[in-house]
This record gives sequence, structure tokens and C-alpha cells, in this order.
Amino acid sequence: MSSIQLWTFVFIALSFGAYIFIAWRSRVRETSGFYVADQGIPTVANGAAVAADWMSAASFISMAGLIAFLGSDGSIYLMGWTGGYVLLALLLAPYLRKWGKYTVPEFVGDRYSELVRTIAAVAAIIISFTYVVGQMRGGGIVFSRFLDLEITGGVMVAAAVIFLYAVLGGMKGITWTQVAQYTVLIIAYLIPAFAVAQQMTGFPMPQITFGQILDELNAISAEFGLAEYTQAFTNRPQIDVFLVAMSLMIGTAGLPHVIIRFYTTKSVRGARYSAFWALFFIALLYTTAPAVGAFTKLNLLQDVQGVPANELPSWIDNWAATGLVTVAEGSETIESVSNNPAAGADLTVNNDILVLASPEIAGLPAPIVGLVAAGGLAAAMSTAAGLLLVISSSVSHDLYFRRIQKTATDAQRLRAGRIAMAGAVVVAVYGGINPPAFVAQVVAFAFGMAAASFFPIIVLGIFWKRCNAVGAAAGMVSGLLFTIVYMVYTLEVFGTSANDHIFDISPEGIGTIGALVNFVVTIVVSKLTAPPPKHLIEMVENIRYPAARRTRAGVVTEGERD
Amino acid sequence: MAESERATESRGEESPPVDDSWRKEYWRRNVRLMVILLSIWFTVSFVCGILLVDQLNEVVINGFPLGFWFAQQGSIYTFVLLILVYALRMDRLDDEYGVSERDGNGRRL
Repeated sequence: MSSIQLWTFVFIALSFGAYIFIAWRSRVRETSGFYVADQGIPTVANGAAVAADWMSAASFISMAGLIAFLGSDGSIYLMGWTGGYVLLALLLAPYLRKWGKYTVPEFVGDRYSELVRTIAAVAAIIISFTYVVGQMRGGGIVFSRFLDLEITGGVMVAAAVIFLYAVLGGMKGITWTQVAQYTVLIIAYLIPAFAVAQQMTGFPMPQITFGQILDELNAISAEFGLAEYTQAFTNRPQIDVFLVAMSLMIGTAGLPHVIIRFYTTKSVRGARYSAFWALFFIALLYTTAPAVGAFTKLNLLQDVQGVPANELPSWIDNWAATGLVTVAEGSETIESVSNNPAAGADLTVNNDILVLASPEIAGLPAPIVGLVAAGGLAAAMSTAAGLLLVISSSVSHDLYFRRIQKTATDAQRLRAGRIAMAGAVVVAVYGGINPPAFVAQVVAFAFGMAAASFFPIIVLGIFWKRCNAVGAAAGMVSGLLFTIVYMVYTLEVFGTSANDHIFDISPEGIGTIGALVNFVVTIVVSKLTAPPPKHLIEMVENIRYPAARRTRAGVVTEGERD
Repeated sequence: MAESERATESRGEESPPVDDSWRKEYWRRNVRLMVILLSIWFTVSFVCGILLVDQLNEVVINGFPLGFWFAQQGSIYTFVLLILVYALRMDRLDDEYGVSERDGNGRRL
């Protein structure tokens, strides 16, 4: 066992031990604990849990690498995956918390109708499944790369641990475990980044100092025949950058596993501050990532520029074994670098390895490499757990309890929740071991669908009293259909051939248009049909005020607190 | 301070107990705050980071072309601040209208 493997093993064993211990301490016996952690999670802890839930294997492992190769256009991920929290905090979180039940389909079910509840539950299950498969895969890759386990074995180990703490502790166990996972992943991300910044610029604040190397990076990129790093719209046209950023933002605000986290706070005020803490914690990683991308790209290009193929630095050899770094046959010296195998460059580097390899590229010691591996696992597992809880609650609560067994007791519902969770884990393991061919497109799918289905009807449900069930059902179905049809039209999935983008709009950006379609259809159909009944209008009125009004005479307005 | 504000507010509200005009007013002020913050949200990300990025890139500060900085750093800092400002302003608004969440002893929940 090499020293890197040993350290990886130590960090993973320690962190897993901590997760299981925390889950055991916070195990639950009631449905409300299982679904919404008894609504007793402190604000800062909830913010950290949201951040861990939100930052997946993609944020931790892939994003900085993607930005390194996309340059300026990598901004779509940085803005898109943070800007959605502003929408969440201002438009959704406080009101959903005030209304306060268990799931997202539950809100639309109460606000609109049983039909809309069922559509929403099915949409939540599909969205969460597409997302969870990628997480299991991400966790499996870390295991197999650092511990020489087969991917199958790696996925099994990751799933067994998640299963243990999710089934035992439900939302409560998941939330407290995620607080620990956030701590692990942010330390693992920041330490190497600060070390690299210190090494390259003499000051350990990557966010501030990476400006100093941009000129150098632009110059060396030009020598490699690549676009200037800071030049905008070299990879995507402007209209597409705009639409993708918007789609990721409203997709974020519409993802059920993110929205549900604001149900777990103590109060409406807590939901607002949770959103603040969540974005604060996320911003720590998201403002560091572009610096990691720029530093690593410069290091990488300088390391290999004009170097004969047989004298390359040793990290390239180490990673070549995984097949994620390849030197083209017949190249004598390295004159071109790409992340796309089809480009035929002398050196091809996969996006996914830049963060994991950055400590090695910068020559940092083995314990840090092990820490980064544990961080990648924490990111994958925390997100997977949150998604599995949504799947479990949608199946057991929104479909089983609301539609099939309406008289189920609390104990029965809790058992149904746990069985659904176990089933979801099994399917996720299968998906992680045999990923569908389109894992790369999974993110586009999940976000586009969330943007086009949930966000518009929830926002209208809160801000427009006149919005009714027929409108919401029509809007959600047409938004979803429109988005899925365009994705199938432009992507090579389900055996269809990829067609050209219409008006330069990529499948990642179509969610914006889908959401627009949803908004328009919901409004038009609502206007054409009868207004919602009086008790629903009162329900909407009541979620707008955090608490009943107090005067000296006592409480004068109803607006119950639950 | 918040406590005393609330006390004065309640005193003024003593006589007509079912006057609902405060509801409209509270909601209008909430929506106004929201619209202001969302315009800033749109400006820093979509305007500075995408629509006007090339023009702003002409200005370079500390090595960062300005448009690039907005897209990869500035917009994220602004987002965090926007949510903080929203939460703080809403605390004040809730207190002003007596709808903040308090436990039996008047402490914030």
C-alpha cells in the first residue's frame, strides 16, 4: 500500500466512523423526525447541511476542471449554481416554511389538487433519480481510484454507509451527518487551494491572487493555440451562456431536495437565515473553484509545454493508469492540450481529475491527497443521501400515504418511508454500477426539468392568488414536455440522433424557455378557468405573514403557527 | 430596540382590532424589497457578467478583467450579501407590523 493509499484509507475510515456515530446519536422514531427532523435544526447547522446536500461530486470533483478548460465561459456554473439561492431565499423558502409540511409535492397538492400532487411526486422521483445515479458513480470512482477497489465494490461500500445512516436517522440523521460532511469537504477543498496560491503567488488567498496569473495564462494559452482564458463566449454563444446560467439558477430553486431543506428550520425567520448561511458556505467553495481552475491550468500547461513525451512529470504517469490522462501515440513533444479525446491533442486530460490531482501537480504531501479523496466522497455521499430522502418521502408519503393507504398510522408510514429508502438505495446502486450512457447529460436533464416543472407553479402559487389547479397542471405538463422533447431532439440519448441546436440554444439552456412556457400556460389557463376556492385563497394569504399579528388586545388575526 | 418598536406599534393599533389594511401594506413593502434586490441580482450576474462582459473587460483591476471578475467572483459575493440584507430587512419589517415569530416570553424563535 502506497503512502497515498494509506492516508486515503485513514481519512475515509475516520470520516465514515464519524458519520455513523452521528447517525446513531440522532436516530428517530417519528415521521416528523424522519421527514423534516422535527423542524428543530439550528439555522447555521441547517445552512451547512444545505451546502453539503447541494455540493455534489460534480461541484467538488468536476467543476474546477471544467472551468479550467472552459475559461471565462465556466462562469455559467459559478453564477448558475449560486444565483438560484437568491431566488430561493426571496421567492420560496420563507413561504414554504410558513406553510410547513413534509414534501414539495405536499405543497402543490394542498395549494392545487391531488392530480397536481401526483404529477409533482412523479417529477420529484424522476429528477432525484437522474441526479443520484451520478453521485453513486462519483463515490465509486473515488474509492476505486484511491483504494484500488473495483467500482462495483466502491459503490457498494458507499451505498451501505448511506443506507445505514439515512434509514436509521431519516432527515435528522442526514442533516447532522451533512454538517460533518460539509466540514470534511470544505477543509479538503480549501487546504490544497490555499497551499497552491501561496506557492504560485506568495499569498494564500486564491480568490484575490489568481488575477495576477491571468495575463500569463492568456499568453501561454495562445502559445498552445487555445482561446484566451479570460475571453468570453469562446465555447458558447452569448445567448446560450445567458440561458444556461438562468436555467441552472431557476433549476436550483426548483430542485426538490434543496427546497425540502427549508422545511427543517425552526421558523420562517430561520428559513431566511438558513438560505443566507447555505449560500455563504457554498460561496467558500465556489469562489475558490475558479482560482483552482486557473492555477491548475497554468501549472499543467507550464509543466508540459514543449516537454518530450518520455520526460513528462510523474503525476501524469500516476494518472495515466486510470485512463483519464492520455498522451497521444506518436507525439514527440507536447504542443497541444485538450480535455476532449476527439480533439486529437498531444495530451488529453479529463476534467474530473484536475481537483483530485491538483495536490500532486503542485507537489503537496500524501496526507493532503488522502484528505481530498475523503472530501470528494463526503460531497458525493451527502448529496446522495438528500436525494434518497426525497425519493423515499415522495414514494411513501405523497404516493403511498396520500393516494393508496390514507389511514396509515405513524408507525406504518415510518416503515413505508424506510422500505422506500431501501428500495431507492438498491436502484441507485444498480444505476451507479451500470450507469446509463448519458451520465454527462444527467445534470442538464435534472436542472432543466426542475426549472420547467416546479419553480413556476410554486412561485405563482405563492404570489398570485388567482392561480388555480387546472392552470398549474397544464403549465407543469407543458413545461416538462417542451423541455424533454427539446433535450431528446438535441442529445444522443434513448437511441435518437443529435440534431443541431435551434437558435444556438443548447439542451442545458432549454430549461429557461421551458419555465417560460410553464409560466405562460399556467397564467393563461388559470385566467380562462374558474378562480380557486375561498379556503385556498385564504391559505395563500396566510403564508405571507410569518406569525399572527400581536396587539395589546392579544392575537387579532387568525394566521395559525404550526 | 426591536422590542420597544413593537411596543409602540401595538399601542397605536389598539382601537380598531379588525383593520386589515396593514396586510396590504406589509405585503407591498415585502414585494418592493424583493424587486429591488432581484434587480441587483440580475444586474451583477446577467448584465455585468454576461451582457456587458466584453465592454467591462476593458477595465483591468488587480489583474482581473472587470467583466470576468463579476462573472467568476463579484456576482457570488453580491448574492450572499443580497440574502443577508433581505433577512435583516425582513426582521425589521416583521417587527414593525408585529408579525415576527416570538415564543411566550417575546424572544425570537
